[in-house]
Amino acid sequence: MAEAEVVAQGAAQPAKAPQASEAMERVWPVPAEEPKASPVGTPTVIVDDLHIVYKVYGAASEAEKGNAVNALRRLVKRQGRPQMKEIHAVKGVSFVARHGDAIGIIGRNGSGKSTLLRAIAGLLPPHKGAVFTDGQPSLLGVNAALMKELTGERNIVLGCYAMGMTPTEVRAQYDEIVDFSGIGEFVQFPMSTYSSGMGARLRFAIASAKTHDVLLIDEALATGDREFRRKSQDRIMQMRKSAGTVFLVAHNLDVIEETCNRVIWLHKGKIKMDGDPKEVIAAYNKA
Amino acid sequence: MSQPESAVADAQAGGPATDSLAELARRHGLRRAIARPSLPSYVRQLWARRHFVLKYATSRNVSKYSDSALGQLWQLLTPLLNAGVYFLMFGVILDQQKDIPNYTAFLITGVFIFTFTQRTVTGGAKSISGNLSMIRALHFPRAALPLAYAVQELQQLAWSMGVLTIIILLTGEPITTRWLLVPVVLLLQLIFNVGASLFMARIGAFARDMNQLLPFIMRTWLYASGVFFSIPARVDQLPESLSFIRYVLELNPAAAFIELMRDLLIYQHTPPQWAWATAIFWAVFALIVGFWYFWRAEERYGRG
Repeated sequence: MAEAEVVAQGAAQPAKAPQASEAMERVWPVPAEEPKASPVGTPTVIVDDLHIVYKVYGAASEAEKGNAVNALRRLVKRQGRPQMKEIHAVKGVSFVARHGDAIGIIGRNGSGKSTLLRAIAGLLPPHKGAVFTDGQPSLLGVNAALMKELTGERNIVLGCYAMGMTPTEVRAQYDEIVDFSGIGEFVQFPMSTYSSGMGARLRFAIASAKTHDVLLIDEALATGDREFRRKSQDRIMQMRKSAGTVFLVAHNLDVIEETCNRVIWLHKGKIKMDGDPKEVIAAYNKA
Repeated sequence: MSQPESAVADAQAGGPATDSLAELARRHGLRRAIARPSLPSYVRQLWARRHFVLKYATSRNVSKYSDSALGQLWQLLTPLLNAGVYFLMFGVILDQQKDIPNYTAFLITGVFIFTFTQRTVTGGAKSISGNLSMIRALHFPRAALPLAYAVQELQQLAWSMGVLTIIILLTGEPITTRWLLVPVVLLLQLIFNVGASLFMARIGAFARDMNQLLPFIMRTWLYASGVFFSIPARVDQLPESLSFIRYVLELNPAAAFIELMRDLLIYQHTPPQWAWATAIFWAVFALIVGFWYFWRAEERYGRG
């Protein structure tokens, strides 16, 4: 089991000289028992003992039902903000990701996968620890900016702008996005009329139109047919080749095994295992 | 987070392992994912997102009416119906119009101008708390959202001003050269609205109860802004001891914008100096304070 000690291994030998440290890093991310070597590159994302705590509103406990009398009682008793709970979603995660890595993150629902991605993207501030990144990681989450009442056409433009593209870039990419999504003439209809697969395809097509150094994908490939899955996996491979780093959260373990060269298994906010996809997935399936 | 990383690392897990991760990051020039940009670079980032601001505002306006049969016609019908309802209430039923010449135009100008500020500020207060999923998924200067809401209301105002111009002409007022100053007033009001809505956006993002409270604050403001009555006429009746109320009312930005617009569009006389002074002061003050206040919490939006 290559657990989270990957980090400790590297740290065991302090850097003496620049050259020595360079050499150290080259062997560093490969745990001894791992048969397949991960591609070696310079670090793009370093997660250093990361803790994420966030607040949830409207999480009523059994004692306090959501009516006005109880709300008033809480106010009188000065019990702080009503119905607010803190969730400690990520509890001390550390790892180093490098250029050319495609890292799958697996784990049960609520194990902190999406939270971890958001923290890497810099969208959730760490409670403790830190995330260091090279450039700006982006979450493949353009769907949050799209409006389902609008046509595919309008949404493509809106989504591209939301990701920070310029009008020239949008014009240059537009046809490519429509082609890749494969939705054809549906681009002129409101997105609310799309099937869930078509919606997912268009969202992935828009989101992947921009070049990202570090791309974080959260369950985007779950929907869509076989052919689209192959196309999107090809695109992820392309991004890896152009020396990007891809993080992929998915419940579909086949996708992870086909796409990733490293898998991190999160369990209740901690890394349970980190290493070769086949090994980690096998262990995950046994658990 | 502002603690030095070594301190955090030492506190956590007894140090050397995590400490060297921070060291590794430093050696490769990796930076922390969360950091608030400096004010000038924030302004630059915001400028780079201008296309998004415009597109988002237009898209919201389009999608707002997309499920109604009349569609975009509502952009025109909404101000018309508003004007009709207020005229029925205050012009016909309460019969306020005895001492105010051209009460129809007087009232509708007040309603439209106040609505512009009211809707921008209310929208701004919801712009962060109502778009958390976008804030949690995409990177952009967060001020783009309250700005987009302001642009959206500006587009709506363009329709309202068209309706208003027709009403004023129909009620027999001539077109004068003073109308040239109307865009200046609208610009000042827009600047004020943007500043106020940035300010309220931060408050609404963290104090969620504000969105429940805001309608009442807005209604109080509406009644204090001389939308239905003439402020100068009212304060002239006050006894000497209460004359300070006059200054309080004249310091009200909404009252100033309304006064300016009525004087320019309807009454063909030069607006009083207090109105210009109040309008300019509030525009500059709101923009500077609002923008600065909003920027100060930039990295904390979407955390709740």
